Amino acid sequence: MLRIEARPEPSRRMLLATPFLAVLLTVVSGALLFALLGRDPLVSLHAFFVTPVSSLYGLGELGLKATPLILIGIGLAAGFRANVWNIGAEGQLVLGAVCGGGVALWFWEVDAPWVFPLMVVAAVAGGMAWAAIPAFLKTRLEVNEILVSLMLTYVAVLLLSALVYGPWKDPEGFNFPQSRMFGEAALMPPVVEGTRLHAGILVALAVALAAWLWQARTLSGFTLKVVGLAPAAARFAGFERRRTVWLTLLLGGGLAGLAGLFEVAGPIGQLVPQVSPGYGFTAIIVAFLGRLHPVGVVLAALLVALSYIGGETAQIEAGLPQAVTGVFQGMLLFFLLATDFLIRYRLRPVARRRGAEGR
Amino acid sequence: MDPIVATTVSVISAATPLLLAANGELVAEKAGVLNLGVEGMMLVGAVSGFAVTLITGSATLGILAAASAGALLALLFGLLTLGLMANQVATGLALTIFGVGVSSLVGAGFVGTPVERLPRLDIPGLSDLPVLGPLLFGHDALVYLSVAMVALTAWFLGRTRAGMILRACGENDEAAHALGYPVIAVRFAAVLFGGVMSGLAGAFLSLSYTPMWVEAMTAGRGWIALALVVFAAWRPWRLLIGAYLFGGVTILQLHAQGLGLFAVPSQVLSMLPYLATILVLTLIAAGSGRRRLDAPACLGRPFRPPA
Repeated sequence: MLRIEARPEPSRRMLLATPFLAVLLTVVSGALLFALLGRDPLVSLHAFFVTPVSSLYGLGELGLKATPLILIGIGLAAGFRANVWNIGAEGQLVLGAVCGGGVALWFWEVDAPWVFPLMVVAAVAGGMAWAAIPAFLKTRLEVNEILVSLMLTYVAVLLLSALVYGPWKDPEGFNFPQSRMFGEAALMPPVVEGTRLHAGILVALAVALAAWLWQARTLSGFTLKVVGLAPAAARFAGFERRRTVWLTLLLGGGLAGLAGLFEVAGPIGQLVPQVSPGYGFTAIIVAFLGRLHPVGVVLAALLVALSYIGGETAQIEAGLPQAVTGVFQGMLLFFLLATDFLIRYRLRPVARRRGAEGR
Repeated sequence: MDPIVATTVSVISAATPLLLAANGELVAEKAGVLNLGVEGMMLVGAVSGFAVTLITGSATLGILAAASAGALLALLFGLLTLGLMANQVATGLALTIFGVGVSSLVGAGFVGTPVERLPRLDIPGLSDLPVLGPLLFGHDALVYLSVAMVALTAWFLGRTRAGMILRACGENDEAAHALGYPVIAVRFAAVLFGGVMSGLAGAFLSLSYTPMWVEAMTAGRGWIALALVVFAAWRPWRLLIGAYLFGGVTILQLHAQGLGLFAVPSQVLSMLPYLATILVLTLIAAGSGRRRLDAPACLGRPFRPPA
């Protein structure tokens, strides 16, 4: 028999080990799922996890999909550390795409070096503005930020749809619901030949590095952790909870807005009704899988990005429905949350009386 | 049918899934468990109910399948949060992500196939009454169930010993445990009830509201149901007001779209239910001051009985 025993303090080893354990369990369950769907598990797993990254183009796609996940994951992780639950990153991403894309469309005939920086400013401001609504309501009235930020996601998606079906529709676009293509100055060209990978990945990595330094080396970064773990102690130390709510929501919103801009100025090149396959939600998984740590977020983002491309490849190569991606991502988070149990508790064989008295 | 009566009937229809799901969540929250996976459980219920009805031809079996599917996901949630003490917020989100994925995986083969709408329970004579007939009679079984469950929940929580124990687990888990009540078991039961109700809400969507399967067809209703529980201040009867209010907003904006009443794009009108949710949450918070005390004191807090 095994007995559950609380650990005197959380195990650091398990903190690092459980993400790998969760991935392993997900792969095993994935094989079972494929078998259940009547496919050869090994062939399917190969198509899902190996084929996508066995070409330069595939590796570029991996970086391309990891970019928004890193950016958003970093912002969300900072919030989750402080117990601020921004679930509406998807909406903030869309607002970033709308604001940045709006600038691109406004100056579509202008070929000047200031167009792109202006788009970046607009996108970050747009994402921040969208996140400022739950921040304002949370700090002023204690309105639940989960529900507000999530509702605003639906509003943002509808706003984008209203624009591309209406005033922003390409006049020469045969009535398709999409904007005109952005001008040359508003696009992010590939940085590696033969791929679609753009400079956004470098920005994302720089943001991760900056977040790491910020959280490890500065007082304001440390505050996040204290506010999240020990609210009473934080108050005693004079850390302002409100400031933390504002800080993390604006950070998350701004980074999500930037991610949205990179999508429309990078691989998409115009505004369309759907600018993201749910990066804002998937980044929640990335943040947890990465242990709310910037370095972990980068690694987790690469892995989760693989599940997106894997889903596409598996659809083409093995005829699997693309929804498998969502199932994989959900399972991954489940297994992670389940194995996290091992951080705070351990399983011990129930010893005989005599053995137990030794301590 | 008189247009006002017809509109009211469609409001009842739009309110029913919200009422079912919110009622389930209310009971879970009263026991102290915050399950943010309502949207996922509804979707899995919707697709199971649809698939089983289509394959077996029996709507009853479909509804049972939807309830079981919702309960199955709730079971997973319970094992993680109550068994392994995982974070309830994160687990609820995982449940929703997982539910969206599983339902579209299962439903991929059913998109575009229609199914027969749930039969209306017509009572000869009464259903033909002017105004009252279509308003009170001739709905399908799930509509009546949604209202009956509110009454049942109000009675159970307010008047029975078991209901009092459930509330005790939500208000003070340690005291409830000290008095010898099985806190974890009670919470598990409440979570499963929430799953069943969410599954039924999903079944109503795919079998009655729009009798077909569409990916992510809940369109945020699970989240609105969560907001309704706050709106209702955790009181069952107030859910009825909230759900019908939101049903009204949904139908009004649909009608306004259909009639082209306002010179705004249809998408702007579609935003109304979501904006209304934010507005309502804000007004409640602004108007209450100390109303936060209505929330069960142990909501979202993990509990592990001391060994």
